[in-house]
Amino acid sequence: MMRQDHLVAAGQLSRADVERVLDRAAEFDAALSAGGGEALPARYPETVLALCFYEPSTRTKMSFETAMKRLGGQVVDMGGVDASSVSKGESLADTVRVVEGYADGVVLRHPREGAAKMAAEFVDAPVINAGDGAGQHPSQTLLDLYTIREAAGLDDLTIGIVGDLKYGRTVHSLATALTEFDAHMHFVSPESLRLPRSVRFDLHEAGAELREHTEIDDVLPDLDVLYVTRIQRERFPDEDEYQKVAGEFQIDAETLAAAKEDLTVMHPLPRVDEIDPDIDDTDHASYFEQAHNGVPVRMALLDLLFQNHE
Amino acid sequence: MSDHELRVSKIRDGTVLDHLPGGSALNVLAMLDIDGSEGTGVSVAMNVPSERLGTKDVVKVEERELSQAEVDVLSLIAPRATVNIVREYAVREKKQAERPESVRGVLACPNSSCITNAEEPVQTRFDVLEDGVRCGYCEEIIREGIADHLDVA
Repeated sequence: MMRQDHLVAAGQLSRADVERVLDRAAEFDAALSAGGGEALPARYPETVLALCFYEPSTRTKMSFETAMKRLGGQVVDMGGVDASSVSKGESLADTVRVVEGYADGVVLRHPREGAAKMAAEFVDAPVINAGDGAGQHPSQTLLDLYTIREAAGLDDLTIGIVGDLKYGRTVHSLATALTEFDAHMHFVSPESLRLPRSVRFDLHEAGAELREHTEIDDVLPDLDVLYVTRIQRERFPDEDEYQKVAGEFQIDAETLAAAKEDLTVMHPLPRVDEIDPDIDDTDHASYFEQAHNGVPVRMALLDLLFQNHE
Repeated sequence: MSDHELRVSKIRDGTVLDHLPGGSALNVLAMLDIDGSEGTGVSVAMNVPSERLGTKDVVKVEERELSQAEVDVLSLIAPRATVNIVREYAVREKKQAERPESVRGVLACPNSSCITNAEEPVQTRFDVLEDGVRCGYCEEIIREGIADHLDVA
């Protein structure tokens, strides 16, 4: 059972919570694969989910929408910030209180860290953090964990997390959640994009060992999973430095020659040039499957949150 | 400090804050929201010699008795502060600043992207760690220079 009505950070999730979501997701996954119908009865025909996205999104927004609809529910979408009262200066606190009057749950993406946590303090309806600035993205973590469990298992796992570890919210949530499992984590990034102090603190508190590298080759042969993230160009002080680092972390079939045969390569997407398309057709590539898993996992998350909230 | 060294006279009723780090008195007053506008006496001695601290500040606030919660907030910038509650010129109660679990509305988050730095109706909250504080919203950790982040008018 989830311990709280809201999901704002991965640190809220115990191992039992994660397993409960993933087990339920597996049931939904099977039902979806069976084509729905009787295998997937409309569980929430009266339920409306609000999507409040203050930043662009493709996968997260569409998979939440699909998940709610697959559960028999409906969705209301705030639309772009420019088309809403946000452009008139409405506060987030006011917006979520208004939206709560229309919907039974709120999925929120916002450019500021801590936005979902604050929003959750203003409403009773479940709030799901769909990304808060460079903070957290816990529902992405659940689908990442689902993908990892399917591909490699969550215990006795050696994972390399590569790219923008400083601002990458998927990384922050994933690393925190993996401390609940027997996972050996290697963090590969340029010096300037190492994990932030808050995540390092959480990992330390959880007793996780922090293994940091600047070269993928140092750890690649040991990895079961390689989790690649986009290095965010806009964060770099100068273009030359970005180009140098972007080149360093481009992974192609040649890079993976030293990897285990059954290495799983993941990416929360969108990618720019971190993963060469020549990997797409190899058995290593799991990023599109990872994206597909967003639907059953978010169905499971919504199901458990709504059940818990009844 | 012996009587002939007294820089500030004894107070009749109020609170004496002693063993504040040298130079911290004005921040202490700001944290306590004491700016003299209430019209009661406030005395400040800064950078006076101290056996324990080398130099220290002392603040005497007349006609106000600080609560334990107020004293505890001071522990963020004055961990060795001692607080005497004075009534009729005599010390009637001694308090020690103890680190609180969290502080609200005292510090501003240094992370400019934190939701508490937006135009939102929310008060800052920091959880107090062994060696710093952590924003209750964006999780930013401050270890050094906590006084630089006081959220005071």
